[in-house]
Amino acid sequence: MALVTALRRLVRLREFAWRTAAVTSGSWPRTQSFSSGHLLRSDNKVTVHFFNRDGEKITVKGSPGDSLLDIVINEDLDFDGFGACEGTLACSTCHLIFEEETYKSLGPVTDEEMDMLDLAYGLSDTSRLGCQICLTKRMEGMVARVPESVADIRQSQDGS
Amino acid sequence: MLFSGLKVWTSRSLWIHRLHEGINGGGKARYSSCSPKVCIVGGGPAGFYTAQHLIKARPDVTVDIYERLPVPFGLVRFGVAPDHPEVKNVINTFTQTARHKRCSFYGNVNVGKDLSVTELQEAYHAVVLSYGAEGNRRMGVPGEDLSGVYSAKDFVGWYNGLPSCRELGPDLSCETAVILGQGNVALDVARVLLSPIDLLKKTDITQPALEVLEESRVRRVLIVGRRGPTQIAGTVKEVREMVNLPNTRPDMLASDFEGVKEALKDLPRPRKRLTELMLKTAMETPGEKEHERREKASRVWGLRFYRSPVEILADPERSSRMAGIRLAVNNLEGSGEEARAVLTGEMEDVSCGLIISSIGYKSLSIDPSVPFDSHRAIVPNNMGRIQEAPGLYCSGWLKTGPTGVIATTLNNSFDTVRSMLEDMDSGTLNTSAAKPGSQSINALLENRGVKPVTFSEWEKIDSEEVRRGAAIGKPREKLLTVEEMLQVAGK
Ligand SMILES: Cc1cc2nc3c(=O)[nH]c(=O)nc-3n(C[C@H](O)[C@H](O)[C@H](O)COP(=O)(O)OP(=O)(O)OC[C@H]3O[C@@H](n4cnc5c(N)ncnc54)[C@H](O)[C@@H]3O)c2cc1C
Ligand SMILES: NC(=O)c1ccc[n+]([C@@H]2O[C@H](COP(=O)([O-])OP(=O)(O)OC[C@H]3O[C@@H](n4cnc5c(N)ncnc54)[C@H](OP(=O)(O)O)[C@@H]3O)[C@@H](O)[C@H]2O)c1
Ligand code: FES
Repeated sequence: MALVTALRRLVRLREFAWRTAAVTSGSWPRTQSFSSGHLLRSDNKVTVHFFNRDGEKITVKGSPGDSLLDIVINEDLDFDGFGACEGTLACSTCHLIFEEETYKSLGPVTDEEMDMLDLAYGLSDTSRLGCQICLTKRMEGMVARVPESVADIRQSQDGS
Repeated sequence: MLFSGLKVWTSRSLWIHRLHEGINGGGKARYSSCSPKVCIVGGGPAGFYTAQHLIKARPDVTVDIYERLPVPFGLVRFGVAPDHPEVKNVINTFTQTARHKRCSFYGNVNVGKDLSVTELQEAYHAVVLSYGAEGNRRMGVPGEDLSGVYSAKDFVGWYNGLPSCRELGPDLSCETAVILGQGNVALDVARVLLSPIDLLKKTDITQPALEVLEESRVRRVLIVGRRGPTQIAGTVKEVREMVNLPNTRPDMLASDFEGVKEALKDLPRPRKRLTELMLKTAMETPGEKEHERREKASRVWGLRFYRSPVEILADPERSSRMAGIRLAVNNLEGSGEEARAVLTGEMEDVSCGLIISSIGYKSLSIDPSVPFDSHRAIVPNNMGRIQEAPGLYCSGWLKTGPTGVIATTLNNSFDTVRSMLEDMDSGTLNTSAAKPGSQSINALLENRGVKPVTFSEWEKIDSEEVRRGAAIGKPREKLLTVEEMLQVAGK
């Protein structure tokens, strides 16, 4: 436990150095601080497994109340272009796809979210916008997949 | 727990390693002996997303952005509607990119005029053209140039403070306006024309536009499309904004919606939801509250389908001015997205005092040395590589044509970068010879009396605009002329 915390702190420090020195894709204005959740003890946290566009699994933790976009930002996950409008329901770049059971447990979708979601690439029946989903303890272990971009789809069709 | 913690560490530290070492996912080193210099023409979303992705993918590349205006961000500043401030949040990321030590911004540089593309190619290993679509598609009908007819491009430029549109002075003294085209730009224009002025006052719409809109007598806006409800180009969010616009009521024709309900079941979800919203608005008896709201509304908007512009009708008393439009009534041939409008021969005249043509933007050729497909109005390209022009790339609306939201532009810009990285890796793009980059270009510009505006100088303009806005309760009051922008930038 202590080892993990120490390792994570180390990573965060290194990331912070990078963050202030350079651009990260899908990045956030620097004024946004880490969510206060980071200061809480990690046993309050909820584990989320993301699959990025390359199919790689990335496991992180967030605090209840954080949106999935917050987690991507706080953990500096490298999902190209994710969260362009910064969670204001104006871009659909935070599109995520869920397993059916998880999707059902996420609760109702507002018309406004649906409207934006309808513009997303690779829309599926279990798609949601990450900036609109807030973590609860019940979501422990959930899996969220970042959909392929159009180019990924085209490339796999080309067989290249 | 321990396992997942370690996993986090491994995957993320790998990523950090990748950023620092410039090694791609396959683990292949991508360096060439000399650091690649890339320049981008156009400082809109495509330019900034291209720069962002390049800088991230290659820790050795430097990127310079040349922009015609002294101010950055292209259509995010001059296109996106003033009442959509959330969309403009992308500016935060663009700003981070511009402040990056391997990125420089040079505003006030008109490529094609101040510099040729060939000169840029001599100074850089690669040139990406991302200068968007600055022209507009014309209807090609008699009377198009009569007074009272405006292109949406100019009208939008006017309310958003584009210097070249400052003197448009649209005449809003009539009651009925007709907008041709049913894309999101048409819906933006309709919304701005009909929005309660108090809503607009809190946005960054320019003060002169606000004053003209405050005096506007336009009460009825018809948004006319050549095909049917299931082909409308606008999207559901923007149509819903019309439906919910305070002090307005919808005015639709039941005949336009014949057979639409039956077609719903076969539509994909986005199209289906959009069509259901229009059907509900047009055909359903409103509930009590909505009925009351509509009764009280003093302004009207309506969609009109199956109508193409044929002629702008001149005012018999003032022949240089328009007084209406003749529309051809269409049938559809085929179905779905690809359905085509065919003329029935029937005509219909509509009286109106204002016509805004919103049938699309159009890219222009800026330099004869660059291949240009004038039929499709794009630079012919293969995944962003300009055909028959090694070292030249394109992204954004110039690459795809003038459609797509910012997320689309983001994706297509990232794709162009991928192509360029592949070419660097394969050696198709030769980066081995040293290139002078901005050094030689700045010398050329100085000789020609052109004074580039840097990003920190733009930030002076930005603070001045925000300061002026704050004084009147707006997020920003834009500077309206290039001269004033240059003055505030200290040029
Ligand atoms: C009216 C309108 C409203 C829109 N609203 C939205 C919205 O709400 N949400 C959304 O997601 N998308 C919206 N869009 C779409 C979005 O604006 C585009 O996807 C995006 O701007 C395209 O980016 P671009 O960089 O290719 O072009 P542009 O944004 O046009 O950028 C091109 C840049 O190149 C510069 N340039 C031109 N010629 C030269 C030259 N010769 N030398 C140097 N520089 C040059 C221009 O000044 C400009 O800064 C809207 C589009 C329009 C037209
Ligand atoms: N809020 C937003 O997200 C927002 C706001 C503004 C713009 N944008 C985006 O910017 C892009 C450009 O928007 P846009 O509205 O300029 O273009 P658009 O979506 O392509 O719409 C063009 C409209 O003009 C019509 N048209 C084209 N040629 C015509 C002709 N010769 N005669 C009659 N009608 C003709 C089209 O009809 P047909 O369908 O029959 O061709 C269509 O209705 C779009 O992708 C849009 O989504 C987004
Ligand atoms: S971040 Fe833009 S819609 Fe979620």
